[in-house]
Amino acid sequence: MNKYDAFLIKYAEIGIKGKNRHIFEEALVRQIRIALRPCEGRFNVIRTYGRVFVEAASDYDFEEVTEALSHVFGIWGICPVAEYDLMPLEQLCETAAAFMKSEYPDGGTAETAHTFKVRTRRMNKEYPRDSLEINAEVGHAVLEACPNLSVDVHKPEITFSIEVREKIYLYSQVIPGPGGLPVGVGGKCMLLLSGGIDSPVAGYMVAKRGVRIDAVYFNAPPYTSERALQKVVDLAREISVYTGPIRLHNINFTEIQLYIYEKCPHDELTIIMRRYMMRIAERLAKENECLGLITGESIGQVASQTLAALAVTNEVCTLPVFRPLIGFDKEEIVQVSKKIGTYETSILPYEDCCTIFVAKHPVTKPKADVIRKHEHYLDEKIEEMVERAIETDEIINVSTYRPQE
Amino acid sequence: MVEKRDIYLDNSATTRCFPEAAALMNELFLEDYGNPSAMHHRGVTAERRISQARKTLAGILKVKEKNICFTSCGTESDNLAIIGAAMAMQRRGKHLITTQIEHPAVLEAMKYLESLGFEVTRLGVDRDGLVSPQEAAAAVRPDTILVSVMHTNNIIGAVEPVEEIGRAVKAANPGLLFHVDAVQGFGKAQIYPRRMNIDLLSVSGHKIHGPKGTGFLYIADGVRLVPLMHGGGQQGGLRSGTENVPGIAGMALAAQMLYKDLDADREKLFAMKNRLIERLGTVPDIVFNGRTDETAAPHILSVRVHGVRAEVLLHALEDRRIFVSAGSACSSNHPRPSETLMAIGVPQKELENSIRISLSVMNTMEEMDEAADTIAELVPFLRRFVRK
Repeated sequence: MNKYDAFLIKYAEIGIKGKNRHIFEEALVRQIRIALRPCEGRFNVIRTYGRVFVEAASDYDFEEVTEALSHVFGIWGICPVAEYDLMPLEQLCETAAAFMKSEYPDGGTAETAHTFKVRTRRMNKEYPRDSLEINAEVGHAVLEACPNLSVDVHKPEITFSIEVREKIYLYSQVIPGPGGLPVGVGGKCMLLLSGGIDSPVAGYMVAKRGVRIDAVYFNAPPYTSERALQKVVDLAREISVYTGPIRLHNINFTEIQLYIYEKCPHDELTIIMRRYMMRIAERLAKENECLGLITGESIGQVASQTLAALAVTNEVCTLPVFRPLIGFDKEEIVQVSKKIGTYETSILPYEDCCTIFVAKHPVTKPKADVIRKHEHYLDEKIEEMVERAIETDEIINVSTYRPQE
Repeated sequence: MVEKRDIYLDNSATTRCFPEAAALMNELFLEDYGNPSAMHHRGVTAERRISQARKTLAGILKVKEKNICFTSCGTESDNLAIIGAAMAMQRRGKHLITTQIEHPAVLEAMKYLESLGFEVTRLGVDRDGLVSPQEAAAAVRPDTILVSVMHTNNIIGAVEPVEEIGRAVKAANPGLLFHVDAVQGFGKAQIYPRRMNIDLLSVSGHKIHGPKGTGFLYIADGVRLVPLMHGGGQQGGLRSGTENVPGIAGMALAAQMLYKDLDADREKLFAMKNRLIERLGTVPDIVFNGRTDETAAPHILSVRVHGVRAEVLLHALEDRRIFVSAGSACSSNHPRPSETLMAIGVPQKELENSIRISLSVMNTMEEMDEAADTIAELVPFLRRFVRK
């Protein structure tokens, strides 16, 4: 049997969403259920007393479950809870002391000594003793059982919670969650996903604010390999751990890219290419009820991401373009990508379509009117090419619990 | 429309298993599945399968059955030969000789030995990729314990004069061992280790239409190696671990099938390769790396296409269901040009322009024509779009 019968899910911001609170809670419950799907065991995810409980209905793997929960946006903390039938205070003291002793087995040495306080909530007013009494008696029992713990009621390191309802619940640990808002409450966005380090992080950050993600990848066979596509599918799967299932649109961009290569000034290749990517992404976004685009751009990181270049890229879209990494240094982005687990995949050495024909000295201060003028060199065929690219869109459904082959 | 069939021209990477070998293995997985070390009947029948395989392979090389040690792959054969010999002979000397164009299984094993204090001389090659026996002999020192030269180069198909090299280095120092990596040569040429002064010969199963995960090392009489694997003492303690009975049997059957009509098969391979040379030779700015006559391997053709990155051509061919290899594993992030191409003096700028076409007896002349036509068709298009 597992030591903990349930997990109390603490959420931060949902609590302040007023009348919309139930929408957020329902989304949280749904995302928790999705996250727990691949886990061994059966769970009941319930909203009760204004909070979310994950009750274990069978044996489960503690690490697996806490890991899965720690990826659910909206969760601030996960408290493993032990559940008991109502019992008299004397017996509760014994049980609580034993619980704390097993929670902090190394509370035994002086070096690792912790401070704690007991915080009782007695919702069940039939229980014969009040919360102050319970705090005092249990605190005393815990001190006797764990001599190296000491009480600090103002700034305790450990808050030992006792909730007396129709049952008694004990918990003291808080496993940190990712914060944010549950995915799904904020609508959907289209992420421009390349094989690099930045775009998965950008998708993660927007999803963290409750936004569902669709993604688009621009493929350039034969200049890019099947492995480059596989890498992007893998990245999408890695962020889907947080975002839930992702529809990945695989767009064949070769024809457009070669056409730009032939018709436009070489140093403007990348910027014009980016503009067509944005146009196609926006089309896909609108067809798929997305309310915005997401890119991994950060000011000045490469030539196509100077402020001037971003402005020129941006003007082709009417949807808002979210760039959550705009003020991040590369090192900061790398840190997040390592934290969320996409870094290792991102650095695999397959080329993506942005690098194959890149000019040695691309323009860094493109002017919109010049670029627009040069885009007219493409007038003859570009529209049909864009249509064809969108028509031949290959949709790959990516999720963690149904791995793609 | 009839579905187009694959044209598989990457047989030096791996081959399709002969159906006969696959069928035999299937039978062994399901019927004769005993552990050859077991004392009961199932063990005895399994052991008999290994003996048969050993007999087949020894017959092909004209050596004794006890000279064959089964391994898990060509890489293991090379490592066992080189590291095993170096460890066993380090008191005699710590100098080894190899070439610049060996497979990584040899080059990396050598590098590992260098980290342990051994000294390695790497012989250069001429523009055809050939090692000079005189140069090899000149590099031999009194403390040289091992010389390792490949039989057939895996990138350009150069066939090394191993017999002459063996004779020359042994004349310079009779105490040294001569190792030959025959992963690309076995199954394509007659190799007789005893006649060719070879003490150690590495072979891989999956390059000869046998299964992956198989290989063997020929070890001459009187050669002592320190094992890499320690355990139950199988194969005379030289390679512990339960023998891969189905794999060993499948590999031996594949070898037997290849050597049954070797001369006719070589002829067929050369005819196909010559057709490619003839057809591709008419495409402007295509050259072949290494020799194109019949002193080279019958199954490997290295094609340098000026102005086209090999990887791009590879993917474009792949789109037509024609599968070749890039002559070098390369990418923008980790350029790693082929050691062989550098050693034969391919200019720096053209190191990424070579594809390797490698044939097997399963290919047909029609496939050669189609592959050549397709390359000829694709190259002008691909040349229009290059990094400026």
